[in-house]
Amino acid sequence: MRITQGTFSFLPDLTDEQISKQVEYCLNQGWAVSVEFTDDPHPRNTYWEMWGAPMFDLKDPAAVMQEVTTCRKAYPNHYIKVNALDSTRGWETIRLSFIVHRPKHEPGFGLARQEAGGRNIRYTVHSYATDRPEGDRYSTDGGGPDVGR
Amino acid sequence: MGEAQTDKDALDVTQAFKDSHVQEVLDGLDRELVGLQSVKTRIREIAAFLLVDRLRREVGLGAERPALHMCFTGRSGTGKTTVAMRMAQILHRLGYIRRDHLITATRDDLVGQYVGHTAPKTKEVLKKAMGGVLFIDEAYYLYRPENERDYGQEAIEILLQVMENQREDLVVVLAGYKDRMDTFFSFNPGMRSRVAHHLDFPDFTIEELMQIGEMMVAQQKYHFDEAARETFRDYLKRRMALPEFANARSVRNAIDRIKLRQANRLYTHGGMLTREELAHIDASDILKSRVFAEVPDLDAPKGSTGGEEDLAR
Repeated sequence: MRITQGTFSFLPDLTDEQISKQVEYCLNQGWAVSVEFTDDPHPRNTYWEMWGAPMFDLKDPAAVMQEVTTCRKAYPNHYIKVNALDSTRGWETIRLSFIVHRPKHEPGFGLARQEAGGRNIRYTVHSYATDRPEGDRYSTDGGGPDVGR
Repeated sequence: MGEAQTDKDALDVTQAFKDSHVQEVLDGLDRELVGLQSVKTRIREIAAFLLVDRLRREVGLGAERPALHMCFTGRSGTGKTTVAMRMAQILHRLGYIRRDHLITATRDDLVGQYVGHTAPKTKEVLKKAMGGVLFIDEAYYLYRPENERDYGQEAIEILLQVMENQREDLVVVLAGYKDRMDTFFSFNPGMRSRVAHHLDFPDFTIEELMQIGEMMVAQQKYHFDEAARETFRDYLKRRMALPEFANARSVRNAIDRIKLRQANRLYTHGGMLTREELAHIDASDILKSRVFAEVPDLDAPKGSTGGEEDLAR
């Protein structure tokens, strides 16, 4: 199941050229840009790992693309996103955030039911990937962590 | 492959040159920079070469993108930074870099103080310069042969890697004194081979310095009288003999100090001032310089009073 979160997520994956154009737009707005990655794509997981500090005072998207490329090499089976941070109000606020890389195989989410008192049922979504330990969730063999499920 | 096809594909060099608006930059260079004839010629050649290279690529003759990294050598105040800024504009207009920005860095910006500090620092500067020109002033300080644990070498290696692999994204200009730059290159042959253009900036002659001085004075809406002009020439001659002389920069500093003395003279004098008096610099403003007291004469000092801090670069 293809995860849709952040801007452009209902579009087909952006090409590098398109990513670069978006980053250029961010830089022209005077925003700082950062790269983050994770292998826990639950929609409520807002704290992804930072790939280095946010990059300030950049003039050209090439620098960001370089970071995206090295991050992809290091984590070929993680989700990677690019964030743009706006500081005009005196604090850094996310203005744009979009996924630039995703694992080959995304097992998606299952619906988990919990029986509570009084025959109540509580529902929650559960990522199949998180059944495996961190770093091991989207394996490189292409089968994904849910092989045999 | 007949005549016809060649004709159809013919490209108009003049038009391409006009479209790139490079001429304006070259004109600006001629207008704003006095002297430096050899440098201007080289820049013109480089611009022509890049333009032709671009046309060649348009018709499919181009091979790899030419190496554009440069090295500017010359004493301080000979216009290296100014020319580098112009170069950024030329490269931008010809489409070799995406932006016409120039980031200036020195050893302090690139080299860290402890293990593991250098790489992120250098990379950050490189990232900021991406798409434009990175100007490394006094580049030879990056390499300290006397200290084998110096982190400068690490910065050089990262720099070399980017100069080689990301030629599309970044043009590096190294600057510094000629002799030290030569030593630097002899220790880092990899660096020399990656720098395509070596430009040497000659020192200014006294006439050129006078012209620069006059231009600066005029720009700031002051003017010399005849006596002041002669005194200023005399001042420059003495100043040139001093070891710390920094060409155009010294001229600018001298003018700043002359302005201070002029203001002081007007203030002490008191009373009413005309517009003319406010703009006028007379010989006494220049003669108060310590240079006249310390450097003994070339012609004959006319009543040097001395005593001012005037030897700062």
